[in-house]
Amino acid sequence: MRQIDLVVIGSGAAGMAAAIEAKKNGVNDLLILEKDEKLGGILNQCIHNGFGLTEFKEELTGPEYLQRFVDEVKRLEIPYKLNAQVIDLTKDKVITYSSKEDGLVKLQAKAIIMATGCYERNAGAIMLPGDRCSGIITAGTAQRYLNINGLMVGKRVVILGSGDIGLIMARRLTLEGAKVLCVSEIMPYSAGLNRNIQQCLIDYDIPLYLSRTVSKVIGKDRLEKVILSAVDENLQIIPNTEMEFECDTLILSVGLIPYVSLLNYIDCPISSTKGAVVNQYMETMIPGIFTAGNCLHVHDVVDFVSQEARLAGRSAALYLRNEIDNNEKKIAIKPGQNISYVLPQFVLENSVDDITFKFRVRKPLKDQVVMIRSGETVLGKVVKPALIPSEMVMVNLSKDKLQEVKDEIVISVEDR
Amino acid sequence: MNMISEYINMKQIHDVLIIGAGVTGTMIARELSKYKLDTVIIDKSNDAGNMTSSANSAIIHSGYDPEPGTNKAKFNVLGNKMYPQIVKDLDVEYIPCGSLTVALEEEQLETLKMLQERSRINGVPVELLSKEEVLKLEPNINPEVKGALYAPTAGVIDPFNLVVHAMENAIDNGVTFLRNHEVNNIKKENDYFVVNTNKEDLYARIVINAAGVKADKIASMIEEIDWAITPRKGEYYLLDHYKAGLVNRTIFPLPSKKGKGILVSITSSGNYIVGPSSELADPDDLSTDAPTLANIKASASLMVPSIPFKETIRVFSGLRATCTRHDFIVEPSKTERNFINVAGIESPGFVSAPAIAEYVVNELIKPVMKLENNPSFNPKVKPYHRMHYLSEEAQIQTIKENSDFGEIICNCEHISLGEIKEALSRSCPPVSIKGVKRRTRAGFGKCQGGFCQPKILLLLAKHYGVSPTEIPLNEDGSYIIDHLIKEAK
Amino acid sequence: MKDLTCIVCPRGCRLHVDDDMNVTGNFCPRGAQYAISELTNPVRTITTSIRVTNRPYTLVSVKTTNPIPKQKIFDVMKEIDKIAVEAPVRIGQIVKTNILGLDSDIVITKNID
Repeated sequence: MRQIDLVVIGSGAAGMAAAIEAKKNGVNDLLILEKDEKLGGILNQCIHNGFGLTEFKEELTGPEYLQRFVDEVKRLEIPYKLNAQVIDLTKDKVITYSSKEDGLVKLQAKAIIMATGCYERNAGAIMLPGDRCSGIITAGTAQRYLNINGLMVGKRVVILGSGDIGLIMARRLTLEGAKVLCVSEIMPYSAGLNRNIQQCLIDYDIPLYLSRTVSKVIGKDRLEKVILSAVDENLQIIPNTEMEFECDTLILSVGLIPYVSLLNYIDCPISSTKGAVVNQYMETMIPGIFTAGNCLHVHDVVDFVSQEARLAGRSAALYLRNEIDNNEKKIAIKPGQNISYVLPQFVLENSVDDITFKFRVRKPLKDQVVMIRSGETVLGKVVKPALIPSEMVMVNLSKDKLQEVKDEIVISVEDR
Repeated sequence: MNMISEYINMKQIHDVLIIGAGVTGTMIARELSKYKLDTVIIDKSNDAGNMTSSANSAIIHSGYDPEPGTNKAKFNVLGNKMYPQIVKDLDVEYIPCGSLTVALEEEQLETLKMLQERSRINGVPVELLSKEEVLKLEPNINPEVKGALYAPTAGVIDPFNLVVHAMENAIDNGVTFLRNHEVNNIKKENDYFVVNTNKEDLYARIVINAAGVKADKIASMIEEIDWAITPRKGEYYLLDHYKAGLVNRTIFPLPSKKGKGILVSITSSGNYIVGPSSELADPDDLSTDAPTLANIKASASLMVPSIPFKETIRVFSGLRATCTRHDFIVEPSKTERNFINVAGIESPGFVSAPAIAEYVVNELIKPVMKLENNPSFNPKVKPYHRMHYLSEEAQIQTIKENSDFGEIICNCEHISLGEIKEALSRSCPPVSIKGVKRRTRAGFGKCQGGFCQPKILLLLAKHYGVSPTEIPLNEDGSYIIDHLIKEAK
Repeated sequence: MKDLTCIVCPRGCRLHVDDDMNVTGNFCPRGAQYAISELTNPVRTITTSIRVTNRPYTLVSVKTTNPIPKQKIFDVMKEIDKIAVEAPVRIGQIVKTNILGLDSDIVITKNID
């Protein structure tokens, strides 16, 4: 079995950034495994712009953004395998991948970075009520059909879920001649970025219905009708509020879920984000297995994926030089008031760097202050004029402050 | 030869025509292929096993439950014994895991004893287990459990490939399968039947009605009948194979008038299935609804409190062909000995199907038609390369022989291009996305085809030499791609 | 007086423009520029795709190099749909100059070998 220092699984925005950073930090014996026929992952189909403002200080489309990383991977001569699907992983870091070219291959890795991205919640996962007809498709799959293959999934479209992919697809389908009848969002606020509501819906007079969801899909072979109903504050359907739309397509943009099957194989603890539980090095509870990007928690901005992945890449290099001590005291990080989750979930006490906490709020809030506390001690506070669930929030804590911490740190968002 | 018989010869009168390619129809077709016969099997769907046979609990029941003396009891017990050989011949995944019927209240222990007695009469081995024994076998069962009836001969099967492979084996042995043939009416002419379908008229000396939820409609085309099919819809949750051990076998509650109740079971692929509900429904209604699913959840959670419903990858429904006679109908029509009704095949239909098929051929067809053995009959399908179930050496060898088996198409279930191409190369190939999924499990996982569907769709389009707009999700008409854009001018 | 959502970056600032065209609520100067432009001559960048003639069922993505007037979006889309290319293509390759005289080129945004 081939021994190798580092294997990066996935070559999207996270995988490539992690590999590049690891290489720059002295990891020379490494390999990227990519399941698809080209590097770049899902960015290949995200042909809209809005990428790179933080990373490159310019606005790029998805394929342009990923190409910068591809060029860097090639410049640094980082080896990669395409069409290579990892089908097994053990706790001892033995990776089995399958590819047409190499067949079934086992690798004994010293460190692993999981950058496997996410998948879309689909009709099954949301238990969509009604018939089992065609014409019901997740936004990402519709995006792939359209942007990669030039195949249109329908003519008259209802979109369920106001996440960014749903909004982007509303515009994209409209530009290609479809009639998008509406976007329906079960929550009382949009799950997408404000600018996408403006440039994808308002620009094209596409109505957005909040606090509404699909109560029934109707169609014999192909979708014929979608019924939307209003929901109450507990998200339960209110009878006699039906709106009926004759349409041939229902696009589902109802959330992304970290794709962590491989971590499940090895019983790696998973958090409420559905990604792994990690420390400040983006290291999972299994020492030497790191993770970053959408397989850790779903991001709204790709630049932050790359940023997070660089941390994982550098950490893998530290780990390979035995500079991370997993036996150090662990400080638990807990989400407090108004916060749905916070990353990392724990930190090792003697941190190499300052720590960035990432979190999301449960509902839109104005005039808030982010409090970082340990018991009664306030370790830090940051004023935030406005916070919405669709935007990840980042706050920093100096590593020196960790010495003041007893057992745990609580992050909360409170009125000013 | 006179003019009339010449005319008849042109018509090609088949010996046997089977209406309905579900588990019952395909098993009968396979049984008939042991003889030198011109057998044709038709289905209104574009695939075999696309209705009730593809949406059920997929349990090979032991036979502890049906009332002694009924057709259900007879065929269930006979069929159960046939399965170990059938799954070998047809290369179908089967786990002989056994079943537990659990009593959650003290007074239900009496019912378990009654079922134990029923099993004894039916000739089914069972064992009464104490609370402690139950919890040892199934630690996740409600600790309030009082006891259970253990039936070791029950099992779970891959229902899709059982039917498809039975069909394939029948075709390989000479049977003709006609898809998308829906029967409009049937009439008797001379000594044969004229079966008028949406595609063409078909002629046959013997007609077997195995039309599932539409069997009463078909039977009524011949004569007035004193029974009817009142379809009962069963909704299900299918959970991901996220981890082994939630349950290790099929867990039933006590049976009621409505059926065997809401079960929690492993499936042959290591997933978990929870359901079914049981409500009267139209014969075309395969919808699901939130209140019914909520009831299933509540009911199943009584037996197994820790079911992680967040691991649900799909909810679906199937229709049971429940008959007003409350037993299987396996008999000739009253007026025509050559028109055989095989109707009301609800649970335990899967396990019973091969026994019913033998009975139909030996007891109902042999008396009316001379059967000559088919010397080239081969009971086995050519083995499939299902990579997941192969040893590592066998996987390596398979890829060495054909590198397509190394190229993974379905990320969730790790299904290779080779496996999909293999399914396409067989005599009952898939024509739809669902057809591929049912045969290979590509698209069966938690992303439900989100990643692999475009690849499979283009593969099917290329294989059949058609536009991507022609590839259906399921039945013809369930197109996925509406049109192509920006075609090169 | 008008309230707008800035689309310059993912931040999506809520902009307020008063009658004298003074912009507030913007995090960066580009927000102010956007607000003025949006009220006088709203423009958008188009990202879409065109067919690659020598690859079956393959499109390659393109964009306008400069934003074009909002009301011209569908006219420009019609023009772009007439374009097809042959692989290989490279990012930055111009496939149409000065589309509809709007002072914007159509440029490839993806490498296809």
